Amino acid sequence: MTEKVKVRIDGEVIAATPGQSILEVARANNKYIPALCYMEGLSSVGACRLCMVEVAGVARLVPACTTPVQEGQAVATNSPQLESYRKIALELLFTERNHVCSVCVSSGHCELQTLAQEQGITHARYSYNFPRLSVDTTHPRYVLDHNRCVLCTRCVRACAEIEGAHVWDIAGRGIGSRLVSELQRPWGEATSCTSCGKCVQACPTGAMAEKGWGVEEMTKQRAVVTRLTSMRGGQ
Amino acid sequence: MDKVKIGTCWLDGCSGCHMSLLDIDEGIVAVLKKADIVFGPLVDAQEWPEGVDVAVIEGAVSSQDDLKLAQVARARSKFVIALGDCAVTGNVPSMRNGIPTRKLLERIYVEGATATPGVPTDGVPGLLKQAGPLHEAIDVDLHVPGCPPKANAILLVLSELLEGRKPDLGSKLRFG
Repeated sequence: MTEKVKVRIDGEVIAATPGQSILEVARANNKYIPALCYMEGLSSVGACRLCMVEVAGVARLVPACTTPVQEGQAVATNSPQLESYRKIALELLFTERNHVCSVCVSSGHCELQTLAQEQGITHARYSYNFPRLSVDTTHPRYVLDHNRCVLCTRCVRACAEIEGAHVWDIAGRGIGSRLVSELQRPWGEATSCTSCGKCVQACPTGAMAEKGWGVEEMTKQRAVVTRLTSMRGGQ
Repeated sequence: MDKVKIGTCWLDGCSGCHMSLLDIDEGIVAVLKKADIVFGPLVDAQEWPEGVDVAVIEGAVSSQDDLKLAQVARARSKFVIALGDCAVTGNVPSMRNGIPTRKLLERIYVEGATATPGVPTDGVPGLLKQAGPLHEAIDVDLHVPGCPPKANAILLVLSELLEGRKPDLGSKLRFG
């Protein structure tokens, strides 16, 4: 048995396994830290910045999903400062692209929408970017709507790490970043795509969906990705 | 005590938020015991009156008329509510924002017309470059998202305001 480390999360002392992230330990102990790009069963990338937490003695905030627990660490998962930064991060996500909940297949089942409601966001304080973005409908079964993409890369990781096909990548930089299939080929022409649909199930928003569903109708089987990893003996 | 004066209007919206307002059913009786609706699609007044206490505004700001009405409502009201996703985010009306207005109008009134093609200019307000949320045009005191906001959320907001409290939507907060 590996030696346990003791950490304090919101005042409670918890015994954790070395190598576990703060987020994993917190969630396993019913402590809620919001997150969007994190998905159990996939590697963590710390992209969405929603899981930022305060660690005593560390001057900057750290992402809970990519920070391993350490002996004696004292973590605060909530504070007025964290709350304010989480709201900013979410509002920026909403204003960066066109998240029109009212006409989205994933409305009511969307992690971004749920997080906004949970964090008490009533409106975005920033100007909307209103970019003109494409919708890739070339795949016979699935559709990719860049308007709803938050660049969390859960699809990229699900495809590369679980399916082993690595169809998806991010091209471009900064606000011009776009999800691309097979070096910018339309999804329907991507020969490495096995059409397994794990990317669709992993997607937190309506950016990826099965064809044929109307507004609010697309529900995702997110547990599929997590279950596959655990059945293969992963975390 | 004088009754509270409520004004309502819809800008670039579908009237769904006003339908949801009507959906508060018998709740309207309690509201109207304490308040009068002095302007809006539900009453006859032709001009937004002075001295309104609560302005309830549905829809995105999309045309010059929308902008003017929003500014008048703001200037003559103490408390302004952005009601519904169009007023809060731009929502569906803002889906045109990636297209230049001239192209948009030509696509519909020239390419799309069979009888008398031509972009109308008489009696219709000019479109703004983009349809945007209300708070980008005027100061907004409270945002009530939803497409439409549920009737119980609207009733909660009105009841709380009539009691002199600032409403907290809590679990009734919802986009879409």
